[in-house]
Amino acid sequence: MTAAPESAIARKVEHVMGLPISLALRGRHTDDTAANDAWHAVLAELGRIDAVFSRYRPDTVISRLGRGELTEAQYPAEVHEVLALAATAERASGGAFAVRRANAEGDEVLDTDGVVKGWAADRAAEALRALDDTDFCLSAGGDIVARATATGRAWRIGIEDPRDPQRIIATVPVLDGAVATSGAAHRGRHVVDARTGRPPTGVASVTVVHRTLTWADIDATAAYALGPGAAEWLRHRVGRTGLVVGADGSTTLVRAS
Amino acid sequence: MRRIVLWFMTTLSAVVLLLGYRTSTSAALPASGTTANTTNGTATAGGSSAAGTVVTGTVASTRWGPVQVQVAVSGGKITSVQVVQQPEGNRRDEEINASAVPTLVQETLDAQSAKIDMVSGATVTSEGYLQSLQSALDQAHLA
Repeated sequence: MTAAPESAIARKVEHVMGLPISLALRGRHTDDTAANDAWHAVLAELGRIDAVFSRYRPDTVISRLGRGELTEAQYPAEVHEVLALAATAERASGGAFAVRRANAEGDEVLDTDGVVKGWAADRAAEALRALDDTDFCLSAGGDIVARATATGRAWRIGIEDPRDPQRIIATVPVLDGAVATSGAAHRGRHVVDARTGRPPTGVASVTVVHRTLTWADIDATAAYALGPGAAEWLRHRVGRTGLVVGADGSTTLVRAS
Repeated sequence: MRRIVLWFMTTLSAVVLLLGYRTSTSAALPASGTTANTTNGTATAGGSSAAGTVVTGTVASTRWGPVQVQVAVSGGKITSVQVVQQPEGNRRDEEINASAVPTLVQETLDAQSAKIDMVSGATVTSEGYLQSLQSALDQAHLA
């Protein structure tokens, strides 16, 4: 096994359905056909998944499911997979995380975004894993899946300060794994505690480090929805580490349980 | 742990391929009981029996430590692979993967001074992206 050269990082950026997708590559394939093919495969997979799960488009499976137009037998296997992940997360969070919630009008809405984003990026990253002797770091709107085993030099992930998103509050090295952050910094208060239907209080952001982005993302959202209980809940989740920033600016590091 | 195994299998595959290549270019593996220091010195054969030939690779030094494997070859096929030597611990590796805990920066830093590769933050939309730190990082490298 030859070590990849200490080469420069090549970067690519595209927007898929309103989400900025950033990629950093290092090692053998950074700007060749293989790298570009993998990058296009990432974007295509994210677009394909959006066409199934977007709730902003009326014709998607999720929109039709939300309106009760489809029965269980009629939706694809990956929808079952996402709903099963959601059910697991709902149980684990005592109901704070839920994909079926009442909206302001009291109607039940189906919103799988809290599960799909990380899960989709994990799936899309498979194209990058196939690049031999190459390190990759993929960000889907601030949620990151990365591998640095070709060079053995961990990617350095900065965690944004929720009080000032232009600044970094912490860093974490990732050799092979994922980092997800949930908070209200950019999109406003879109995450709610499904038990109350209201945005959580007492917490500014939650960052979770895990082997998969699927669970890093789900747990960051679930912990954030739990509000004041975020750090304590996360501490009991196996294989997760992270950082909870309180609304008062306090920081709590969560170590592996 | 899974990652270590993955990495190890990669290394193993490389060593096995190396041995496999040698096998295919030399007509046959050394005969029973001989010790063959091959021309390129990559492997030593010995201890063969009716079951086949056992070939021990030389020690390969990797950034994680020395690695050495032994393969048994029978009828031109690898019948088993054993690890003779492997790096100890991989403590740094375990630290980074199993329990990498974020490190708070003493004073909040901008992306440049923190020397970071990517930013994790609350969902950035395409509208918000231009003002984001990630955008600055991407631009710095794309320019």
